[in-house]
This record gives sequence, C-alpha cells and structure tokens, in this order.
Amino acid sequence: MRLEYFQLIDRVTDLNLSDRTIRTENTVPSASTVFEGHFPGYPLMPGVLLVETMAQTSGWLVVALNKFGRMPFLAAVKDAKFRTFVVPGMVLAVEARLEHDGSGYAITNAKITSAGKPICDATITLRVMPFPNDEIRQHMRDQAVRLGVPSVEPAHG
Amino acid sequence: MSSTFDTIANIIAETCDIPRDSITPESHAINDLGIDSLDFLDIAFAIDKAFGIKLPLEQWTQEVNDGKATTDQYFVLKNLAARIDELVAAKGA
Repeated sequence: MRLEYFQLIDRVTDLNLSDRTIRTENTVPSASTVFEGHFPGYPLMPGVLLVETMAQTSGWLVVALNKFGRMPFLAAVKDAKFRTFVVPGMVLAVEARLEHDGSGYAITNAKITSAGKPICDATITLRVMPFPNDEIRQHMRDQAVRLGVPSVEPAHG
Repeated sequence: MSSTFDTIANIIAETCDIPRDSITPESHAINDLGIDSLDFLDIAFAIDKAFGIKLPLEQWTQEVNDGKATTDQYFVLKNLAARIDELVAAKGA
C-alpha cells in the first residue's frame, strides 16, 4: 500500500464477474509519513484510509464489470464501522460485492479482515461515469496490469 | 396496496427526512423538495429495489441537458410515478 499516493491496493486476488465480487490483498507499510502524525509513538492506519481501501476495491470491481468502459468515483459511505486497530505490517484482505447496479451509480458492500478477524465494513456508493479522458483510462489499464486484475476485454477498442 | 406515488413519497420522506405531508403529487423533487443529485441516488436505489426496475437516470439527465425534456417530466412526483409505472409495465411485457 502506497499511502502517500493513495494507491491502497497491492493486488487483486479474485474477481468473479458473475457473482459480482472481488477480493484484494494489501499490506500496511511498516513505515510511512502518515504514521509520523497518526500517531507519534503509536502508529495507526487512519480510518479514512481504510474506507478508501474498501472504495478502491469496490471501484476495481465496477471498472471490471464495465469492461474498462466507465470509471467509478466515490460518492457516499454508509454504516462504516471500525472494529479493530490497524497497525504497520498488517495484511488486509478486502472483499466487495456489488449490491446494486444503478443508472450512473453502483452500490457495494465491502469489508476488511486480517487473519480472519473483522477490521471494518461499510456500504459504498460510487458514481459511474465515462472516463474523463484517455489518459486516465490508460492509467487505470496500467494499474490493472500492476494489480493483477484478470484480463477483461475493453468495451471500446 | 399503496399507489406508486405513495411508495415514492414514503421513500423520499424516509431517505431525505422530509415531512411526509409536505410531499404531494405536484412536488418537484429538486425545485420544491430541495433534493440534490446525491440524495436522489439514495432515492433511486430505494425505488429500483421497491419496483424491481432500473430508473434510467443517465438517459433522463442527458435528455434534460440536450433540451429534449424538462426536469418536470421526470422529477415532478406524479410524473415520476407515471414513468415508474411505465417501466414496471415494460418489465412485465
């Protein structure tokens, strides 16, 4: 996880388009400037970054379901619950399931566990829009390769 | 069995914390009730689930932006109810 770059997903471990589910695995870095302030002498992964991790996992699911034809943007987070502290070095398993595929939006249920222990969960709403430009679309494709997103045929060339 | 209007009025009242008795068939969701696009996503989700349909929000927005439709056609609640009835009928056809 590259916290400073908001690149929170290390790899996609499972993607099931028929079940509309995804799993990612991500290791909290042992050191980060984030931990210098949050908190000195007691480093904790901020809850907002856990939300972002669930949102990005959900986002990759939506990107794949849309065959890289559309891009999700975080719109709402509901019922976010943080059940356990997350410290440097922990491995986070993230799961997301598409709850609803709406017109221009999607809703997922996401959760994080570590060694089988519940960490946090939330319901995520994403706006789903055309890619703002080709540069971002290509960036997402490059990221997909880096993360090991299973190959998905593009919707448009 | 409640009417389509009653169902969506109840959804709006619950989702947006708007007094139910202030919501009428003539109410415009945006102009009269002050519902913004983000809150309308929650309403759309609840409507989609309640009626087993997919409100074509993107198509409606495009039509309004292109000047081919007015927001009244989709967001005055009696008109929204009529659109929902059409979508439900089309699903069953």
